[in-house]
Amino acid sequence: MPSLKELKGRINSVKSTQKITKAKQMVAAAKLRRAQSAAEAARPYQERLAAVMASLASKVSGDNAPKLLSGTGSDTKHLIVVVNTDKGLCGALNSNLVKAAKAKAQSLIGQGKQVEFYLVGKKGRAPLKRDFADRIGKHFDTSTVKTPGFDEADAIGTELLEMFEAGAFDVAHLVYPVFKTALSQDPTIDQLIPVPSPEEAAGDSGAVVEYEPGEEEILEALLPRYVKTQLFGALLEREASEHGASMTAMDNATRNAGELIKDLTIQYNRSRQAAITTELIEIIAGAEAL
Amino acid sequence: MPLHFELVTPAKLVRSEDVHMVVVPGTDGEFGVLEGHAPFMSTIRDGAVQVYKTPGAAPETIEVRGGFAEVGNAGLTVLAEHVEG
Repeated sequence: MPSLKELKGRINSVKSTQKITKAKQMVAAAKLRRAQSAAEAARPYQERLAAVMASLASKVSGDNAPKLLSGTGSDTKHLIVVVNTDKGLCGALNSNLVKAAKAKAQSLIGQGKQVEFYLVGKKGRAPLKRDFADRIGKHFDTSTVKTPGFDEADAIGTELLEMFEAGAFDVAHLVYPVFKTALSQDPTIDQLIPVPSPEEAAGDSGAVVEYEPGEEEILEALLPRYVKTQLFGALLEREASEHGASMTAMDNATRNAGELIKDLTIQYNRSRQAAITTELIEIIAGAEAL
Repeated sequence: MPLHFELVTPAKLVRSEDVHMVVVPGTDGEFGVLEGHAPFMSTIRDGAVQVYKTPGAAPETIEVRGGFAEVGNAGLTVLAEHVEG
């Protein structure tokens, strides 16, 4: 049985923890709104780019298609780009992402492929290093900027494309969270490079489109941009997911702290009463003995 | 008939409006787009997009960097990486 003083101390410490989780929850809620509107604002660009890609990719195919679209021809070296958050306190978000990345890596290794990781964000580094210490390649740090923008996506994309040109990998997969609601963020795996051929948009007007300079030149300029846009989208999804998951986790923590405070207060009051009763019995017993 | 003009960057939809004419700095030279332009696609170089709200009006210029211009049935769409200001 802890003493009254100890109980009081515990109640106070849980109370201050609750204050912290509550503050963090409110901050996450505010940031979530901003991240969601940023993700929505980015959607028109992605949609338009995908539409242009679809119409172009169907025209340029076969032998003269750029390497980014048709692949290097082999399929042995795989790169897994894992987009994790930089900060913790967001529930199971990062461990789910790591789990998905590990499962993908394991299945690729099972097929006899070479697997390497490219990590974005801090939180995936430690758990992935535990299992794949020799396969961790480069790491891109996004913790220095407050909100990752297109510049970061551009930097990551440029680095990946350089690695692809140098033949460091044949296929790149992108693992990132997709924000559904504040309660659920699903880890998703997409093929990043070579760019998967988009489906032909239905209801093509059939009009002859003129290209300047030429279809291939445009496609060649467009593909890297498409890859970067994908990365940018992943970063935005990550932001929204992080804040959503953090909000939910902190909400639970606040509620748990409340329950704990209630239990501890009851225990405290009980022991206080017990102490008073014991004291009274001692006094009465002493008076009777006289 | 006005021309529907959209300027989009990765961060947001910058413009979506009906205008008279837009002059776009294409890689192979500037080109003006009016309503009813044939389907056309071009890469653009860094430069100013000039937007003419009405015929004869002074153009509004928007500096853009890197991207594409696409003319389709729906009008002109400029996908730029950066927009100044």
